[in-house]
Amino acid sequence: MTLVGGPAGQLPATPQAARRTGPVRRAAEAIRGHEETGWRVAARIAVLVPLAALVFAITVLAIKAYPAIKYNGFGFLTRRTWNAGGSSAYAQPVYTNGVEHPASVSYGAWALIVGTVQTSFIAVLLALPISIGAAFALTERLPRWIARPLGFAVELLAGIPSVIFGLWGILTLGPFLAKHVYPIVADHMPDVPVLRYFRQPVGSGEGLLTAGIVLALMIVPIITATTRDLFLQVPPLPKEGATALGMTDSEVARRVTLPWVRSGIIGATVLGLGRALGETIAVAMISGSIITIASNVYSPMTTIAATIVSQLDGAETDGTGFAVATLAEVALVLAVISVVVNITARIIITHTSRLGAPLGA
Amino acid sequence: MATATLRTPYVRRRRVGAIAFRAATYLALLLVLLPAAWVLLGVVARAVPHWKWSVLWTTSSNSGGGLLNAILGSIVIMIGVLIVAGTIGVLAGIHLSEMATISKRSGKQRGNVMRTATEVLSGFPSIVLGYVGYVALVVGLHWGFSLGAALVILSMMVIPYIAKSTEGALRQVPTNYREGAEALGMSRAYALRKIVLRSGLPGIVTGLIFAVAIAGGETAPLLYTAGWTNQNPSLKLLHQPIAYLTYPVWTYYQQANNGLHYLAYDAALLLIVLILILLVGSRFVVARTQKYSEGKVG
Repeated sequence: MTLVGGPAGQLPATPQAARRTGPVRRAAEAIRGHEETGWRVAARIAVLVPLAALVFAITVLAIKAYPAIKYNGFGFLTRRTWNAGGSSAYAQPVYTNGVEHPASVSYGAWALIVGTVQTSFIAVLLALPISIGAAFALTERLPRWIARPLGFAVELLAGIPSVIFGLWGILTLGPFLAKHVYPIVADHMPDVPVLRYFRQPVGSGEGLLTAGIVLALMIVPIITATTRDLFLQVPPLPKEGATALGMTDSEVARRVTLPWVRSGIIGATVLGLGRALGETIAVAMISGSIITIASNVYSPMTTIAATIVSQLDGAETDGTGFAVATLAEVALVLAVISVVVNITARIIITHTSRLGAPLGA
Repeated sequence: MATATLRTPYVRRRRVGAIAFRAATYLALLLVLLPAAWVLLGVVARAVPHWKWSVLWTTSSNSGGGLLNAILGSIVIMIGVLIVAGTIGVLAGIHLSEMATISKRSGKQRGNVMRTATEVLSGFPSIVLGYVGYVALVVGLHWGFSLGAALVILSMMVIPYIAKSTEGALRQVPTNYREGAEALGMSRAYALRKIVLRSGLPGIVTGLIFAVAIAGGETAPLLYTAGWTNQNPSLKLLHQPIAYLTYPVWTYYQQANNGLHYLAYDAALLLIVLILILLVGSRFVVARTQKYSEGKVG
């Protein structure tokens, strides 16, 4: 890549030896002479756009959320209540610390944060083994002529809109699970910690577990496609060597292939986690959208993203603007969580890729 | 001798382990593909029994009608994103790949701030961007629900994706090509246009099509920037809401009114068809443009 660089002046210019005449020709020549400058300026401006967009988004959120941060305080993150004060409260705004808000409001984001973490955790827990297994099948098992179309099908899945997953989750998967799967699970789960949360009334299928399952389906294509590309990069010699030493396929996978790409898989997983944390519409449709911490794996709950999309309409009716400010604050919380997760993924990927492969490659 | 060793419990355990592993990988692949097939067939099965071809040429109304306005609106939004985000994203990708290279003086990689910003923006949840668009553009700048606000927010969402895919595509262009162009006396701009961009074209186009498909399938950021209208899009950038296909799915699926109810299913079907056409089409584009590039790209 270094060979591309270098100051423009040292490079040969467009051949201008051919003396052409006519004003149009000369103008074209003049423009061509500056073509490189044009590309450079345009590209430099364009590359600043993401940075500008980022600064713009964070500034808007911070300004909008400022009154809410001031009134809600640090307790906002750990408070469990979500009380908009009721419509009668909107008529009599109160001032606290210079912040105008309806009387008796009390907002807390704890239930939303817990819901976001729970659904994403379930999604990653389900998606990771499936993705790695599927990537193995695609790269190490199936013949090329069948693996390529199937791989493309997996890539297509990443393009299915989340609202479609939401529609399917609420109309098809949720009722199916609640009728045929959850009752069996609930009856047979042992009464031990963690698994106890499965021994509960199963409800209608709108809730934590269904949302987690659908999220898992949505991030599986991302993790599978990335993992497959990673597996393809593992050089064949160490794998062949391991086979020659008498290892079975599963041993080669566990001791050679997986350690080789471990860091990349962690990075891909964290990227999938980032997607799950920010997923909005599907979760808003399937989770039951109740601002509370789920009491068992089947109960309705909500996430930060789903709350923003379903509450913004109602928040507009708060004449003091405090409800909108509070939504800006939760949006800021979600943005911070996602950014931290994504930067972590980036650090893991760049840091470990520099360390190189485990065996002498 | 050999048969004796094969019967030891250790060997048997390894053999069972190998078979179990093989079965598990196939099972995992099934668990990826079967639910996806179920999703697609489920949507088709709901839409087909009540399907009327007239949804394609009538606009929606408060009691049902068709989806012409939503189809046209989605197409306008996607073309707009292609123009706005495509231009900026591809140029940003060119900068990251061709200009922000390793500095000759300090030996450091340049453009890391931009790369990080792109990375961070791509991880920004779409609903947060939609919220920003609502408070800053729709309300703050008095744009109202409009095509303009939707395009700005969707472009913010997909520019990082296009920039990254363009950078990746250009990095796969062999260094030989650039050296050859330089040796032949081409200016850098000419070489970029005629050699580098042309070789990276399949990758760039794939990235663009995927980005447009992502934008067309979004719901959350559009709800609070594009709004909704029963009228066909007017191409006015501001103060004029625009319809799009994801809105009826999200809003009408629980309506008691059958007209609206079925509209949700029809919209879901059209959405899937539109996006599958785009994504499958990207494969053909790659196949057609492949002749310019060496080896496999995209």
